[in-house]
Amino acid sequence: MSLEKFLQNAVSSWMNEEGPNSDIVLSSRVRLARNMTDFRFSTLYSSEEAKEIVDRVKDKLSLYPGNLGELEFLPTREIQPLQKRVLMEKHLISPNLAEDTNYGAVLLSSEEDISIMVNEEDHIRIQCLYPGLQLKEALQRANQIDDWFESEFDFAFDEKHGYLTTCPTNVGTGLRASVMMHLPGLVLTQQLNRIIPAINQLGLVVRGIYGEGSEALGNIFQISNQTTLGKSEEDIVEDLLSVVKQIIDKEHSARDALVKTSNIQLEDRIFRSLGVLEHSRIIESKEAAKCLSDVRLGIDLGYIKVISKNILNELMILTQPGFLQQYSGGPLRPNERDIRRSSLIRERIKLDKDTCEEEK
Amino acid sequence: MVCQECNERPATLHFTKVINGEKTEVHLCEQCAQDKGEMFMFDSSSGFSVNNLLAGLLNIAPAFKQAKETEIPKTEVLQCEKCKMTFQRFINVGRFGCAHCYETFKDELTPLLKRVHSGNVEHHGKVPERMGGAIHIKKKIQQLKSDLQTMIADEEFEKAAEIRDEIRSLEKDANKEGGDKG
Ligand SMILES: [Zn+2]
Ligand SMILES: [Zn+2]
Repeated sequence: MSLEKFLQNAVSSWMNEEGPNSDIVLSSRVRLARNMTDFRFSTLYSSEEAKEIVDRVKDKLSLYPGNLGELEFLPTREIQPLQKRVLMEKHLISPNLAEDTNYGAVLLSSEEDISIMVNEEDHIRIQCLYPGLQLKEALQRANQIDDWFESEFDFAFDEKHGYLTTCPTNVGTGLRASVMMHLPGLVLTQQLNRIIPAINQLGLVVRGIYGEGSEALGNIFQISNQTTLGKSEEDIVEDLLSVVKQIIDKEHSARDALVKTSNIQLEDRIFRSLGVLEHSRIIESKEAAKCLSDVRLGIDLGYIKVISKNILNELMILTQPGFLQQYSGGPLRPNERDIRRSSLIRERIKLDKDTCEEEK
Repeated sequence: MVCQECNERPATLHFTKVINGEKTEVHLCEQCAQDKGEMFMFDSSSGFSVNNLLAGLLNIAPAFKQAKETEIPKTEVLQCEKCKMTFQRFINVGRFGCAHCYETFKDELTPLLKRVHSGNVEHHGKVPERMGGAIHIKKKIQQLKSDLQTMIADEEFEKAAEIRDEIRSLEKDANKEGGDKG
């Protein structure tokens, strides 16, 4: 079954490439929300309408130009709940689509850098993911795909309101641009809570890693635009970029300050966390995330040289409940997960250290 | 719902606080949220989250509804002819029923959009190529007119004259396209 390949690896192949500013910015994402003119929105549409939307997208897919990459069509009703959870943990589908058991579908590129959701809150949501800080590139890609869709479908659009979306928070450009940032320096120096209100004032939103309603795990924050009206797509991205660059600078200075003022404490914290990851036998996801964040900081600062940064991207996802269970081949009770998580982390770190040894 | 901090203003921001796996809801007005902001917003270790988008919208809605109810009773029966969504129902769910709802509720929508989109109500972004012939011309004219102002201010009259001619010719095209604005 073709779904398998999207479930096996924690790290999507696009994540293996190192992007600009990847010591702080993990990934950049752009999403465009579109609706077709001939159907009611998901709030009210009938199963027949929903089915026809999916059928139309599927039919047109055969015409999808090769230069945009191959896409795999996966109807949500054919995906098991646990598998959906894994796709969600990889950010390939939204929690909203993960709950769908009706006529939703997702189109995935083999690199997993393109995900097109059908019958999420809007009829079509085009999502492009890039490593590091590459918002412009992500927007350009999403636009290409949108242009292609637009040559095949009539999208709901009006001159005043722009692209018409189910929820008025998305109307206009239908664009949500977001950047995933690792900000341990700003958290440790307690600057982030002062910065966030200022970011909000600029029409941007800050959230924890797993999106709306979730808490910040492992000092990873997602920053995205809140406003979709009144600015062009390019300006929205430009404004977000300029804020993100300022945050990057602040995070760098916070890390420098930490190294200068509390080097030994910092080093102690980082190596304790490494010790926990290497030696614990039971670990909860929150503690794992905290330790992984510390170790990643340790790698960025040059304290830890025998572990690659990538393993942490991988473990951040691999140690989520859905993935752990997928990996173990069945449901696990929470305490079983904590044991499994711990052994998985130990194995992966050991593997990485061994490879490092061999290379020397 | 009244703000739990000042017990005065309506609570427009809702937070979920998670401590040791226990969830508590916190309801604040904007002012108190800002005052408390530093404490509340993002102590990552105690795990606060802000459901800004949805909660923001849904909580604007009741305040907005109250105002409207006293002013214009007709919103009570305002209904989209295409999907039968009523304005009342839209306020409750925060979601439209179809694209035509935007047209049906356009007068009621403006203050809401202003709140959600930092004062903006108009689209300034991408226009779909195949449906936007007339719109594209109109946007181009707007752009040229603003260029023209700059030229005149800079006293570049020759260039300004060129742009003026271009605007005239585009306006002719626009008139030709007339009713067919897709
Ligand atoms: Zn208050
Ligand atoms: Zn409607």
